[in-house]
Amino acid sequence: MLWETIFLAMHAIRRNMLRSSLTVLGIVIGVAAVIPLVTMGNGATAQITSEISSLGSNMLFVRPGQGGHNPGGAHAPSPMFKAADADAIRREISGLTAVAPTASTVSQAIYGNENWSTSVIGSTDAYLTVREWKIKSGRQFTPGEERAGKAVCILGATVKKELFGAQDPLGISIRLKKLSCQVIGTLRSKGQSTFGSDQDDFVLVPLRLLQRRLSGNNDVSGIFISARDGVSTKKIKGDIARLMRQRRHIGHGQDDDFRVRDMKEIMGAVTSTTRVLTALLGAVAAVSLLVGGIGIMNIMLVSVTERTREIGIRLAIGALEKEVMLQFLVEAVVLSCFGGLIGIALGLTAAAVGVHFLKMPFIFDLRIVLLAFLFSGGVGVVFGFFPARKAARLNPIEALRHE
Amino acid sequence: MTTTPVSGKQPIIAMRNVSKVYGCGRAAVHALRGINLQIEEGEFVTVMGPSGSGKSTCMNIIGCLDTPTTGSFLFKGLDVGGMSRNQRAMLRRYALGFIFQGFNLLSRTSALENVELPLIYRGTPVHQRRERAMEALRLVGLEDWSHHTPGELSGGQQQRVAIARAIITNPKVLLADEPTGNLDSRRSKEIMELLTSFNRERGITVVMVTHEANMAVYASRRINFLDGLVDTDNSTGGTN
Repeated sequence: MLWETIFLAMHAIRRNMLRSSLTVLGIVIGVAAVIPLVTMGNGATAQITSEISSLGSNMLFVRPGQGGHNPGGAHAPSPMFKAADADAIRREISGLTAVAPTASTVSQAIYGNENWSTSVIGSTDAYLTVREWKIKSGRQFTPGEERAGKAVCILGATVKKELFGAQDPLGISIRLKKLSCQVIGTLRSKGQSTFGSDQDDFVLVPLRLLQRRLSGNNDVSGIFISARDGVSTKKIKGDIARLMRQRRHIGHGQDDDFRVRDMKEIMGAVTSTTRVLTALLGAVAAVSLLVGGIGIMNIMLVSVTERTREIGIRLAIGALEKEVMLQFLVEAVVLSCFGGLIGIALGLTAAAVGVHFLKMPFIFDLRIVLLAFLFSGGVGVVFGFFPARKAARLNPIEALRHE
Repeated sequence: MTTTPVSGKQPIIAMRNVSKVYGCGRAAVHALRGINLQIEEGEFVTVMGPSGSGKSTCMNIIGCLDTPTTGSFLFKGLDVGGMSRNQRAMLRRYALGFIFQGFNLLSRTSALENVELPLIYRGTPVHQRRERAMEALRLVGLEDWSHHTPGELSGGQQQRVAIARAIITNPKVLLADEPTGNLDSRRSKEIMELLTSFNRERGITVVMVTHEANMAVYASRRINFLDGLVDTDNSTGGTN
């Protein structure tokens, strides 16, 4: 009986293709709009999260300066760290895998006729560990080179490309300011960061070399720290803060003149931003779903009005009120399901294409697919049902007279 | 006003003092003003009268589409006035066949599907439905047109589809509202001969509204309505 009703409904749907396709179109557009938008929003969030964690998810960063923003003018600038501070952290705090004191400057890198402005970072091999850089060719620093501040350097992929092109740079000397510096290694590319800067555009030299020959002071502008897996970064943050307060002689009740940040904190800030973005996209999509719903509503209302005479005929030859209603309801359900399925297929295709071009991961969210489907289907059923009920309750004589 | 003599057999249609009022107060329209009418099983009755005389209202009541305001209407002894909407629908489903004015076929629907429509509501299985619908179409001479939609059929053909739909259930009473209204005399004659044959061969009681006096000759009885009352009621064979 149910199969027969569904079969008859499909028959009735095919009988008026234009009206049926218009009804379906509303559902299709609604569903097909929501799915790609939300999928791409989720994809962007996943992408940003994975990029941030590629910076090193166990990473902490200590830099001088007061919390939040550096106040200008009125306050004396916070003193820089020294290499001894990094040594103290390494010595006294447990649960760490690497501690990398860093300082940096900006310089022209020159080789032959090629000239490239880049940042020069002075640090140790620990920097490669903490920031998860991989050596592509050559080697990292030896402890001797680090201690002596030998004139050797490791090139980021961009610098290598700009200065040497396809040529092998190993063993060749480049010039940084007045310093001649031998290339001992190159790094594997990480590409652009989430924020659009080129992560590969730097030259890594031993910290001591940078301090003595390029910047001319003993300052360490920041310390990168990597925690061992499973160790709470929160606890380490507290330990480092206590140690630094002691070393920098900060009295009780005084504010820190340095700041310890961890990647989780940064990641949290960024993901909450992208979540807002996804919600915004979702809201836009919801509007299109609503508009689609109104489309369905109109077509259903018109359809039932148009079919009043048909309802009259059916009632006159002995159809019960509930039978007429069931017929319309089943028609609406079949149409809505059909439209919903087309919409899901279209939406997922559009999402896959969009994600492909934006180079994002494809995140399939079953909830949003179901939600879009149920909403459109629900609108189709509700707005098919109420006018049909009204019509089924008509006096058959009047319904027959309807033009 | 004549009534058929009381016999042991129950009349299939019996109206006692039926009136029908639309609206109320000063705007009230008295469509029927106390009608007494009996129709026996197997009769072929034509109903005539100017528009507004109450014949359509009377047909709606006989067709169980409407109920009298006062008085009683008995269908095979059953009081239709006291029935619910669904009970009347059941009566229409199992005992009545309708040929509506202006065909009233489902558009964009094949002749075959139009004809089998009443059987759907009787729950007849598909194959049996098909068979009986084809048989009914053969009876009205349209077996070759079963897959054409009403838009592709002529007026006469559409009317014959409507007739096939009305008789497929083998109803007790066939109600026809101006079945020859839009047809030329040749087609009208064909339609009337079909109705006559159903009346004679199957014993279906036919009640037909018509404006054309020459169609009334097919009937065994002729009822004239005037101003909500039965004006004359006689068999065509008898004297006025």
